[in-house]
Amino acid sequence: MQIALFVACYNDTLFPQTGIAVTSVLERLGHTVTFPMQQTCCGQMHYNTGFHREAVPIVRRFVQTFADAEVVCVPSSSCVAMMREHYEMIAQAENDPAFLADVRALLPRIFELSELLVDRLGIEDVGASFPYSVAYHPSCHSVRVLHLGDKPTRLLRAVQGIHLIDIPNKEQCCGFGGTFAVKNADVSGAMLAEKQASILSTGAEVVTAVDNSCLMHIYGGLHRAGSTIRTLHLAEILASQESAQ
Amino acid sequence: MTPTLTAREEILARIRAALPSDRGHEAADISRTYTRAGNLNREACLNLLLDRLADYESEILHVAEESGLPAAIAQALDNAHEQRVLVDAAFPADWLPQGFDIIVDNELSIQAMNGIPAVITTCEAAAASTGTIFLVHHGAQGRRAITLLPDHHICLLHRAQVYELIPQALAAISAHRAESITTISGPSATSDIEMTRIRGVHGPRRLTVILYGGI
Amino acid sequence: MSIRVGKTSKAPDFPVAAKTALQNVQLRQNVHHAADVIRNKRALRVSETPDWQELRNAAHDIKAHTLAHLDHYLVDFERNCQNAGGTVHWARDADEANAIAIGLIQQYGGDEVIKVKTMTSDEIQMNPALQAAGITPHETDLADMIVQLGEDEPSHIVVPALHKNRFEIRDIFCKKMALSNLTAEPEALANAARQYLRDRFLHVKIGISGANFAIAETGSVCVVESEGNGRMCVTLPEVLITLIGIEKIIPSFQDLEVFLQLLPRSATGERMNPYNSLWAGVHAGDGPKAFHVILLDNGRTKLMHSEMERETLDCIRCGACLNACPVYRETGGHAYGSIYSGPIGAILSPQLNSLEYSRSLPYASSLCGACYEVCPVKINIPEILIHLRGRVVHDDQKTLSGTLSQMNLAMKGAALVFGSRRRYEAAQRLGRMGQMLFQHNGQLEHLPGMAGGWTRFRDLRPLPKQSFRDWWKAREAAKPATESETR
Repeated sequence: MQIALFVACYNDTLFPQTGIAVTSVLERLGHTVTFPMQQTCCGQMHYNTGFHREAVPIVRRFVQTFADAEVVCVPSSSCVAMMREHYEMIAQAENDPAFLADVRALLPRIFELSELLVDRLGIEDVGASFPYSVAYHPSCHSVRVLHLGDKPTRLLRAVQGIHLIDIPNKEQCCGFGGTFAVKNADVSGAMLAEKQASILSTGAEVVTAVDNSCLMHIYGGLHRAGSTIRTLHLAEILASQESAQ
Repeated sequence: MTPTLTAREEILARIRAALPSDRGHEAADISRTYTRAGNLNREACLNLLLDRLADYESEILHVAEESGLPAAIAQALDNAHEQRVLVDAAFPADWLPQGFDIIVDNELSIQAMNGIPAVITTCEAAAASTGTIFLVHHGAQGRRAITLLPDHHICLLHRAQVYELIPQALAAISAHRAESITTISGPSATSDIEMTRIRGVHGPRRLTVILYGGI
Repeated sequence: MSIRVGKTSKAPDFPVAAKTALQNVQLRQNVHHAADVIRNKRALRVSETPDWQELRNAAHDIKAHTLAHLDHYLVDFERNCQNAGGTVHWARDADEANAIAIGLIQQYGGDEVIKVKTMTSDEIQMNPALQAAGITPHETDLADMIVQLGEDEPSHIVVPALHKNRFEIRDIFCKKMALSNLTAEPEALANAARQYLRDRFLHVKIGISGANFAIAETGSVCVVESEGNGRMCVTLPEVLITLIGIEKIIPSFQDLEVFLQLLPRSATGERMNPYNSLWAGVHAGDGPKAFHVILLDNGRTKLMHSEMERETLDCIRCGACLNACPVYRETGGHAYGSIYSGPIGAILSPQLNSLEYSRSLPYASSLCGACYEVCPVKINIPEILIHLRGRVVHDDQKTLSGTLSQMNLAMKGAALVFGSRRRYEAAQRLGRMGQMLFQHNGQLEHLPGMAGGWTRFRDLRPLPKQSFRDWWKAREAAKPATESETR
């Protein structure tokens, strides 16, 4: 299958290894990955911060860029949440029936990474091996908007050598929240402290999630506190073929 | 010059201006897919009620029929070391035990009611799932104040008055929906101090339920 | 028009207030404990209720329908209440409501009143207004009494004194009730409250209450409570004045079967709260001889025109959103600067009063959605927060300071960058160059301006030398040559 990759603006710039890992996994499974170069951002940062007018051209650009894709893979659940929750509303507010029709035609073809693997491709074992103890942090958008359920953990459990650990109070927000992290930095820091304590209590060597936004924030706190826990996107673990000694 | 609107007129005008003009006063067409009918048999329903009442730390006494009521009431009063008890004038005299000081509510003052340690009433219905007793304040159920001021409320509940679910119990009392109604689910409580649930700040701190009849 | 929502117009911005609140370790511990207890109890009760989602759906629909026909239902309520012997007054704003209450109290010759918990009266600042008119209000809810005696402000919708622990409460009681031998055991504290208030209940002639629900079909009012002080206040006095926000109307008696199942489980994690009191007008020989309802607008009609904003009025004041909120958890209620705090406060306060007074509140959220998940009437709080943020930005962009603010400039700049591949890739390169100023020991430190908010608490790795698209371009260029190592 031809799978168009929307890597997400922050992954493109800050976490290229996630995009590389997604490409590696999908190619390993025998699919062709395309990367439309015109892509930039999904518009969430602007929209959620209240810059609704400014978000419109960003959304239009995304819809245009991926209009002909058979399937779009997005390794970021918050971007997919933005699309599913707001794209139709935005198109409707624009009073542009063609735009709305394009949005409606595209939405069913968009998949977050674990949705693509488990639901669309019907796979749980992607042939990965990663012999470490791993704690999975379910990001808010993945739980409450995408209702991913146990898709990510099913994929992780199939990884050879992995030891999966539950984080206590795992569904409590890590405190990133987009611009919230800087607009309300003190509260964000306090929320992070709780999440950090929960993660540290697991003794895991690695923390993973389907969103690098949460991971960036969690890494920021853990590293500042002197911890050596690694933060890796789900894709990077699924791409790994690292075997135990 | 237009006359100034009253508050009523202004508020209603603002509401009407905000809503579509082509509305009628339609009844609510609500899709009620929540559970409105129970599925427990009579015995299971009663056991559920007992479980809930016990959870609220209510005292529960059982009698088979009305003839057993005086003894049960006497027991409830003895257990609490109470001698004086308040009842509504409509309370059946032959249910009352001998040897106690029965005070009938003939427009007693608040102060007078406050000094009486116990009160006995009947009730209208009960919902087992939440352990809730429904008082509709007529007849032997008494006016609201009598089940409020004494510290011990003894409530007589006929087994046929027990329903499984809240919707069923409310439907059973709905003929009285414009009367004064009190629902009681255990004795009064608060969790305002460090989330510790403590008994009885103001309402009766002791609740006795006497189940009778319907066997 | 003097719409008032507590003291919101004087409250500091949320980030400022939050910073102070975060330093109060006792408060945070108390909030964590309380929120955890109720949240866990609530979850247990919900798991016991197989038709929970169906109940939520029905509650949402009933509220939406009622608000879409609010004028009709208010008129029905008024007619039925008055036919039952009550008198219905209407108040456009806080001042008018207080004036009506004071007028009635003076008419009946009273100089003190007993009050049962009603946030609506805090909203309109009724107590200071009564005191200014020479009338003494006695709060009778244990927590409200603790707050009143402690000369404090409520910090939670359902457990207003949760920021106080037992020792702090004991100290307040000893001081204000002139007690010397009081222990800090909760039972002892509750008993002290019982003695102190009993006398009031027996003698004060005028009571003031709010209402959880006002039933249009019967003109009756429902008060939901746990302690029994509500029953005292609505039954024993000769005169009862009940303050009801116009959004509290529900169409019929039957609708109680939905709300009475949702409210106690959501608010305190109980299957049912100890007491619900229902009455219509005046009941001969039973309860107050005179009953007055004050229907309150105070900004509610401002929300009616937009279906999204109107949904805010569905709230049944259960407080479940506060207990679920990871932000409230860290700051407590005072940081919101409003009687309505937590997620519901963040949308209700700015809309009732004015966005101008509470512009930081819509941003006091990470949009995690936990509130929406637990809301018994399914208010989509995150969506309404985003909507309000849109209004804040829109208003800001009309001012010079707003247009030139860091945030606005950054967002406008980012939009330009995202609008073109060329600008986007240029910005990526620029970022990699510019960050060298802030790089230290392999991390980015002390970022300027707003971004400094990040680096105060968190490390940040520098932008990688090669972006994903750089890698992709290189790989495409290298095809069909050998597979290159990319990590």
